[in-house]
Amino acid sequence: MSPTGKSRPAARRRAGEQCAPAERALSRRAFLKTGALAGTGLVIAFHVPEALAAAVTKAAPATRWKPNAYLIVDPKGEVTVIIARSEMGQGSSTGLAMLLAEELEADWTKVRIQQAIPAPKYGNMSTGGSMSIRSLWEPMRKAGAQAREMLIAAAANQWKVAPGTCRAEHGEVVHPPSGRRLAFGALVAAAAKLPVPEKPVLEERKDWRLIGTSPARLDGPAKVDGRARFGTDVRVPGMLYASVLQCPVFGGKVQGFDPAAALQVPGVVRVERVGNDVAVLAKSTWAALRGREALRVTWDEGALAALDSAGIRAKFVELAGQPGQQARKEGRGTEALASAARTIEAVYEVPFLAHATMEPMNCTAHVQPGSCAVWVSTQNGSSAQRAAAEAAGLKPEQVTIHMTFLGGGFGRRHQHDPLVQAVLLSKAVHAPVQVFWTREDDMQHDFYRPATYNVLRAGLDATGAPIAWTHRMVAPGIATQMRFAEKDKPDWSSIDGAANLPYAIPNIEVDLVTHDPGVPLGFWRSVGSSQNAYVVECFLDEVAAAAKRDPFELRRELLKDKPQHLAVLELAAKQAGWGTPLPKGQGRGIAVHGCFGSFVAQVAEVEVATAGTVRVKRVFCAVDCGTAVHLDLVRAQMESGIIYGLSAALHGQITLEKGRVVQGNFSDYPVVTMAETPLIEVHFALSGGELGGIGEPGLPPIAPAVANAIFAATGKPVRKLPIAGV
Amino acid sequence: MPAIRLIVNGAAHSIDVDPEMPLLWALRDTLGLTGTKYGCGAGICGACTVHLDGEPMRSCQVTVAQAAGKQVVTIEGLSPDGAHPVQRAWLEEQVPQCGYCHSGQIMAAVALLAKQPDPSDADIDQVMSANLCRCGTYPRIRRAIHRAAKGGAR
Repeated sequence: MSPTGKSRPAARRRAGEQCAPAERALSRRAFLKTGALAGTGLVIAFHVPEALAAAVTKAAPATRWKPNAYLIVDPKGEVTVIIARSEMGQGSSTGLAMLLAEELEADWTKVRIQQAIPAPKYGNMSTGGSMSIRSLWEPMRKAGAQAREMLIAAAANQWKVAPGTCRAEHGEVVHPPSGRRLAFGALVAAAAKLPVPEKPVLEERKDWRLIGTSPARLDGPAKVDGRARFGTDVRVPGMLYASVLQCPVFGGKVQGFDPAAALQVPGVVRVERVGNDVAVLAKSTWAALRGREALRVTWDEGALAALDSAGIRAKFVELAGQPGQQARKEGRGTEALASAARTIEAVYEVPFLAHATMEPMNCTAHVQPGSCAVWVSTQNGSSAQRAAAEAAGLKPEQVTIHMTFLGGGFGRRHQHDPLVQAVLLSKAVHAPVQVFWTREDDMQHDFYRPATYNVLRAGLDATGAPIAWTHRMVAPGIATQMRFAEKDKPDWSSIDGAANLPYAIPNIEVDLVTHDPGVPLGFWRSVGSSQNAYVVECFLDEVAAAAKRDPFELRRELLKDKPQHLAVLELAAKQAGWGTPLPKGQGRGIAVHGCFGSFVAQVAEVEVATAGTVRVKRVFCAVDCGTAVHLDLVRAQMESGIIYGLSAALHGQITLEKGRVVQGNFSDYPVVTMAETPLIEVHFALSGGELGGIGEPGLPPIAPAVANAIFAATGKPVRKLPIAGV
Repeated sequence: MPAIRLIVNGAAHSIDVDPEMPLLWALRDTLGLTGTKYGCGAGICGACTVHLDGEPMRSCQVTVAQAAGKQVVTIEGLSPDGAHPVQRAWLEEQVPQCGYCHSGQIMAAVALLAKQPDPSDADIDQVMSANLCRCGTYPRIRRAIHRAAKGGAR
């Protein structure tokens, strides 16, 4: 969901840096100041002017201890873990708290979470690419271990014993030889006077007691009683509600507008041009929406006014006849097809997709002279700060980003379009402004998962063994459009999941024709894998059918040297009872895919009625994410990926006519309901190694598992998504 | 405009708004009860579900004039401490992910259980399929409703 290929190392590097400089710079004196300041409840970085620090030290004795950027412990022993990532449902706030609490040996019932305010000490807060836990795996544990060592040292000093004879457990420091115990809260004041250890010793895996278990989500209670605050729930005194009428054609802009009728609507306060669009500002959301209905705008529709889905597809078809940039070549590549005893060919197509988060896009901003406050549900607090600063004409450090819970992200909330609108409007009207998008705004002004067109060919030898695989892809490139693709290389966001085909086929060639019709593109849960797993896993079933091979057995053979793929494949097949008979009209399909460091296989059982309607009855999922921090959250993310992916597989498509997105709401962009949801079983094949991501890898296998099940039931391959639209 | 009398979570409010304003916006913008969510504005997704005289209603489709004088219950008024059996079941089954749809899901589930104290999977699917969730919490919602129906013992 965030840049996953090229920028991943950069993101990791930045994340790794976020603790180190502060810790290194943190002299004992500097630490004392920070500890003291923490007592005021101020959020403040480590660089504190001497005078200010002295003043605060005198005024407010340390009550809450803040040993590092991620932790606050108060004298009652309550542990607050600072979360420097976005919580969009994936559960990483709970997982991150577990990492710190594990090392701290905290009493989990006393652990709370608090959203970090973006600041340099937190590095890059981008939340995507299934990276939250992976990127903070070391920093969070180190933060907990630092505090644990300091608490132990404080207790040992008090007892006049060697620190090595003490240990921390469940929120207390204990001295087993004497049986003495002191709660963390009672040690806060003394610990705050000690130096922060640079290299605390992390626990050994065998000593973990939280990691690998399933404690209750820390964000759960607020999400069942209406307390959880999302971006759209922010209420700032004096705030105006703004509804923005945007040109229905991408890249179009306002030519002129008549605000008179809108201003007649009771509650409407202002009508303002904002960028290429026009906003109605009012005292309630309803008044803003009514005013917007009354607003008359003429548009300069720009260069894309004639864009439509048929035209985009025709261009894809034309370009598929041309060679593209080589993304992978094994053996003789395409040339090997000539020596095959038999070749098969198929075209696979996927549509543009909207994210359709339950919370439509929104942002609240208050620009004042020399400062800007923003409240937003964003996947990237760091880039939000930069975007707001640019829009406000301020420096990033003059902008405070208050991150709320996200009502879904799925990649959409990496973009800051409503944020820029809110900042510009607040600056223009000198009041706090909430920009609120309707469902239609959200669906018609998204950054879409690209539509792609794929020509696949395979060559079989005389025994039916696949000896060649070629894949030509025509795709609009996300990284290319966002201008961070690698020069002279195929766009990684297009080829992820296709170029890294795991199968042992001696001759492979994958090439890419990047073509941008102008539709805005964005990261959509699992990015390239979201479409490429479908394309390659379905074509592999066509290869199996041509070779008269069982699709599971063929995969096993071709994955002999890929133990992680193989383990999840075999587990999913076993749990699903692969090979056992099914009633007529039903089929089983299997797919396996590795991405974001994890491996997932799924078997879908599908019933196809005579009318052609498809019902997905059961899904058996096997996952290997190396080491699982929170087992039930991994299970939840598998369920989530399956259901989100099933919505796309069965129903999802964004089409264009006259430059406009046709779909506007859940009526014409349907999503899976409870009644359509299959029974889902999640099984673990944890290999115990390095952590894999979990927010995205559950999604890619579901579309091909279902499509392959339909192929098994009907004998007809599904070469185009969505299935319901075929 | 004459003031409109709304009774929300047992408290009477006199509000001076357009009578055609959907109840959703009166709750969120006028009364500050932001637990009830906007999801589609068209009565499709169920995120805005509240109870009106005990019946589950889409507050984006009910005007304040229609709601006037009736008993409105929102997620904030379901229980004083978040300990309604359905809320407890939601936590025990670890249902919420992003959480945005769950005010509506919980209000719909409470209304379902009031009519059908021990619903079957099919009963649950039929009623709850009118409430959309993008995070895919449906299997857990179903389990939580069964758990709440059995008084939390399962």
